[in-house]
Amino acid sequence: MSEFDQIFVTLKHWLLGQLANVVPGALLPVLSALLSIAAIIMVFATLFAIMTILERKGLGRIQNRFGPNRVGPFGFLQPAADGIKALIKEDLVPRAADKVVHLLAPVMLVVPALLVYAVLPIGRNMVAIDFDAGLLFFFAVGAASELAVFMAGWSSRNKYALLGAMRAVAQMVSYEIPLILSTVSVVMITGTLSPVKMVEAQVGQGGWLPAWFVFTPWGFAGFVLFMIAANAEANRSPFDLPEGESELVAGYFTEYSGFKFALFFLAEYLGLFAVSGLGITLFLGGWQAPFPALEFIPSWAWFFAKLLGLIVLFIWTRGTLPRLRVDQLMNFAWKFMLPLALINLLTAAVWHYMPPGSPRWLVCSGMVVGPYVLLGRGLLAGKHVAKRIYRYAE
Amino acid sequence: MTPAFLIIAVLTIVAAAGAMTLRNLIHCALAVAVAFVGLAAAYLQLNAQFVGFAQILVYVGAVAIVIVFAALLTRGGEPSSEAIFSKTWFAGLGVTIAVLGVLTWAITRSVVTQRETAPAPEVTVKQIGDALMTKYVLPLEVIGLLLTAALIGAVIIAMRDEVKK
Repeated sequence: MSEFDQIFVTLKHWLLGQLANVVPGALLPVLSALLSIAAIIMVFATLFAIMTILERKGLGRIQNRFGPNRVGPFGFLQPAADGIKALIKEDLVPRAADKVVHLLAPVMLVVPALLVYAVLPIGRNMVAIDFDAGLLFFFAVGAASELAVFMAGWSSRNKYALLGAMRAVAQMVSYEIPLILSTVSVVMITGTLSPVKMVEAQVGQGGWLPAWFVFTPWGFAGFVLFMIAANAEANRSPFDLPEGESELVAGYFTEYSGFKFALFFLAEYLGLFAVSGLGITLFLGGWQAPFPALEFIPSWAWFFAKLLGLIVLFIWTRGTLPRLRVDQLMNFAWKFMLPLALINLLTAAVWHYMPPGSPRWLVCSGMVVGPYVLLGRGLLAGKHVAKRIYRYAE
Repeated sequence: MTPAFLIIAVLTIVAAAGAMTLRNLIHCALAVAVAFVGLAAAYLQLNAQFVGFAQILVYVGAVAIVIVFAALLTRGGEPSSEAIFSKTWFAGLGVTIAVLGVLTWAITRSVVTQRETAPAPEVTVKQIGDALMTKYVLPLEVIGLLLTAALIGAVIIAMRDEVKK
């Protein structure tokens, strides 16, 4: 592969080689780990800054207004201004709050959000730790953030915060099941839990399409389920009940200010990038180019191009869909997504055992579309679905 | 005894002691979660990746959440004003010492101490998967069926909406 593709790997090796002359050899593994950590924190924190401005401008466009346009050219220095503001703001802690837990909660939220990047392959040979059980690590560490959300809501001693935390935890626990089940089909097909090997399993072309899993019936269904569940895990619209402004002020982080408030946003967006990165790794071929002719573009650039694509999708969804009700949210997870995810496992098994060809496509597509239509119709049966008529508020 | 093991052991024991002695029930639950994390770290230190991650996923991600939910839904947030130690603490102490004595006696006299410690096996996740799919496939299938049935059963119970009049 081209040198440009491996430029960061080469750079790290060169730096370590230079450092080997200065520091004792026992420290080198630690320094190597620190270099990877520094790169991950810098890159994804910058991406966070870029996304905040993209999101505010994108939402502004969708809502027919300008969005931030005063700080710097086209308002693109707004994140810097926001960061400085968050740093110099007074840090308010309610008198009744549980001080220790209140302080620990935002930290506990950011740490797992950063830890999960350790197993994401963001380019060829670019993964911090190649765990055998990488996928398990991702979900195990991600599960720790639920407790942090609860800590934030409970320690604030505020009704809105506690209600928001209860909603958030219930929602994250519910949507974790379809999230994990939709990835199990990929584990079944590739026979590994390592994200690096999952990317390697999607090398090459299948017909005129790249051999990415999203271009198979079960992979497409799995990807859609995964993205919906990821949206809910990140507490973003239309699943933003835990922080629904019109009901709960700001949900579980109502009583936070200054930089702790910024940490909540950072953790939320870092979690969103991480779960999108996992979706890319599992279904969209990871860092691979879609066609061999495009392989001159380095692998990390492909990863971030796909990531930006998914981010735009998330912003678009947020600007388009209204918020769900609590019962709708739970019904959707348990009665619709869970059965579809289970059926998708069966579809993946059928796909694996049928010989390649059009019968396989036909059968598996039927197994995806059929349950979707039947389940959707069945759940809507007997329900009155029509334009809502407002009797008093018009 | 490596420094890493010492740190993990102290963290786990202090967190477990905190879970027993803290006044506020939610603090106790959070301390239990820390003790779970300490146990997972101990597994990871023994190179048991799968068990370590499963410990975090199941105990920190699910069991700790269930505990705090149960605590929140069943009582108020205020810590109780009663004494932490019950009035019969001396009886408990006696039982503890007796159990500890019997266990120590049993362990020191058992044949395990005379056996040579086997070298730690290098078990990868792949090997665990292979064993689950070949030797232990029947128990795995039974558990899988049971859990899926429980999952679907719960959904079916919740499936029917209450018909409003």
